Amino acid sequence: MNIIVCIKQVPNTNEVRIDPVRGTLIRDGVPSIINPDDRNALEEALRIKDQYEDVKVIVLSMGPPQADAALREAIAMGADEGILLTDRAFAGSDTWATSTALAAGIKHIGDYSIIFCGRQAIDGDTAQVGPQIAEHLGLPQITYVEELKIEGNKVIAKRALEDGYFVIESEMPVLLTAIKESNQPRYPSIRGVYDAYKGDKVRLVSAKDINADFDNVGLEGSPTQVNRSFTPSGRTGQGEIFQGDHKESVKKLVLRLREKHLV
Amino acid sequence: MDFNLSKEQLMVRNIMREFTENEVKPIAAEIDKTERFPRETVEKMAKYNMMGIPFPAEYGGAGGDDLAYAIAVEELSKSCATTGVILSAHTSLACWPIYKYGTEEQKQKYLVPLAKGEYLGAFGLTEPNAGTDAASQQTTAVLDGENYILNGTKIFITNGGESDVYIIFAMTDKAKGTRGISAFIVEKDFPGFSIGKIEEKMGIRASSTAELIFQNCIVPKENLLGKEGEGFKIAMSTLDGGRIGIAAQALGIAAGALEETIKYVKERQQFGRPISKFQGLQWMIADMATEIDAARLLVYRAAFNKSSGLPYGKEAAMAKLYASECAMNVTTKCVQLFGGYGYTKDYPMERMMRDAKITEIYEGTSQVQQMVIAAAVLK
Repeated sequence: MNIIVCIKQVPNTNEVRIDPVRGTLIRDGVPSIINPDDRNALEEALRIKDQYEDVKVIVLSMGPPQADAALREAIAMGADEGILLTDRAFAGSDTWATSTALAAGIKHIGDYSIIFCGRQAIDGDTAQVGPQIAEHLGLPQITYVEELKIEGNKVIAKRALEDGYFVIESEMPVLLTAIKESNQPRYPSIRGVYDAYKGDKVRLVSAKDINADFDNVGLEGSPTQVNRSFTPSGRTGQGEIFQGDHKESVKKLVLRLREKHLV
Repeated sequence: MDFNLSKEQLMVRNIMREFTENEVKPIAAEIDKTERFPRETVEKMAKYNMMGIPFPAEYGGAGGDDLAYAIAVEELSKSCATTGVILSAHTSLACWPIYKYGTEEQKQKYLVPLAKGEYLGAFGLTEPNAGTDAASQQTTAVLDGENYILNGTKIFITNGGESDVYIIFAMTDKAKGTRGISAFIVEKDFPGFSIGKIEEKMGIRASSTAELIFQNCIVPKENLLGKEGEGFKIAMSTLDGGRIGIAAQALGIAAGALEETIKYVKERQQFGRPISKFQGLQWMIADMATEIDAARLLVYRAAFNKSSGLPYGKEAAMAKLYASECAMNVTTKCVQLFGGYGYTKDYPMERMMRDAKITEIYEGTSQVQQMVIAAAVLK
């Protein structure tokens, strides 16, 4: 059984500072990490590998050549191999273009039972790429997976909601997205680090190699337009005091809250 | 000249940072206070192959190098010098001599489980009357048929009482002086071997520092490490490498103290502004940062030389001399910058200052390092 885990290399936002004038992220010198939710997805995949025989975990990423380090780190954690979709044609991709490219990459790999993604990336927070991949490939999807069981050719997942959960069953192949509550990812082992850099464990793949749809990848293929990036200024709303008769005040308060759609 | 770490070393550093932040830092103050040996940390380090970083995978190691190992000790020691020395003594003083001088059988029997972290290791050279003058060994080993019989006492043994395997030095021929010393691999359960006093210390309080007592201790002949009479050479060459570990520990203490202090001086307000805005304090910070960088370059060079097969005795002595004095100097100044808070246990500074002092003493005092350096320079 092959499990493909999609990972993204992101700047460690704990260490990112914001340029106070331009309102943009200062990424210079900020170390890159595997997106945290993607590490949860990888951990979930590795647990399946620990539990069952003949499970192969393939990590897939789209990104610049430096993203190699993220794939090697995933291999040091226990993944079997890495595939990096890297091509100038992919530069500037939004979530649509990214999911198009990743879906093409997954088709290129071919044989898979589970595709695992993290819920969302800390540098974009869209949570769109996973579900879009499932749509591109015509696969069932279960997002926000907190717990996972495999039974025969089915997965049974606990899907977390804000105030409860669903238990959802799906046949494989299926796309799942993991949340941070799903597990505590393991550290890469030190021997794993040295093994990850031995031999040919990460394969570089170009847009051509995967027959990418050039109209739907990269900046040109991205329908999203970024108008402006800015830091929202602090709320400047003023407090309102209702005075006089209690009953009247409460009435006024409830009215105001209704106006603001807060109740 | 390339000052960049390799991709592997960078990744090891990241892993060690994350591991230290999550697993080591949260218990550092508690284990210092209670003098509790952090067995759970040792088990976690074993799980991630941190207990045998510079040894080949076929001997249970991680297949890394001495610089990656030094970085691991440095990162651990930034938050907990105790954990740093547990790893250093185990790797440099117990695993390495078996790797370097052991027979294939000894490597399979002892190095493999040590490097995997299934066993913890220690090194017993120091005696009540043989400290800096390590040649004055009074522990004796007498061959009796298939076994050596050891008698004597070792003191101040790091990881003592917690270890499974001990590298022990004893006189096999007193008449030959230093050439009469031999090294042995002793298991904790060998008959006649027991643990005596556990020291109560100023710093690295959760590291176990024990007395080892040998009373007609029976050690099988095949546990002689190297040849009879090679013990002193084995001890000295082991300590040459061990100094890199302790230098890395000292470097970590200093760097960790400065990191904490930089955060503090940016937050602490006096006279209406953060104290980092005062030039007098900025100069202290600048000097400390420079000293730490110099220490790091010395430590990394010594480690690099060792992995590259270049001479490293003098370099390791310089690294240890400089890094340990840097650790003492920097932690003392950091306590000063924290003011009254630095003197309390609410902050880690006083612990780091207590921990720093030992790095100027063990595995060769600063004065021993000066002897080694002078001998190399003046030869």
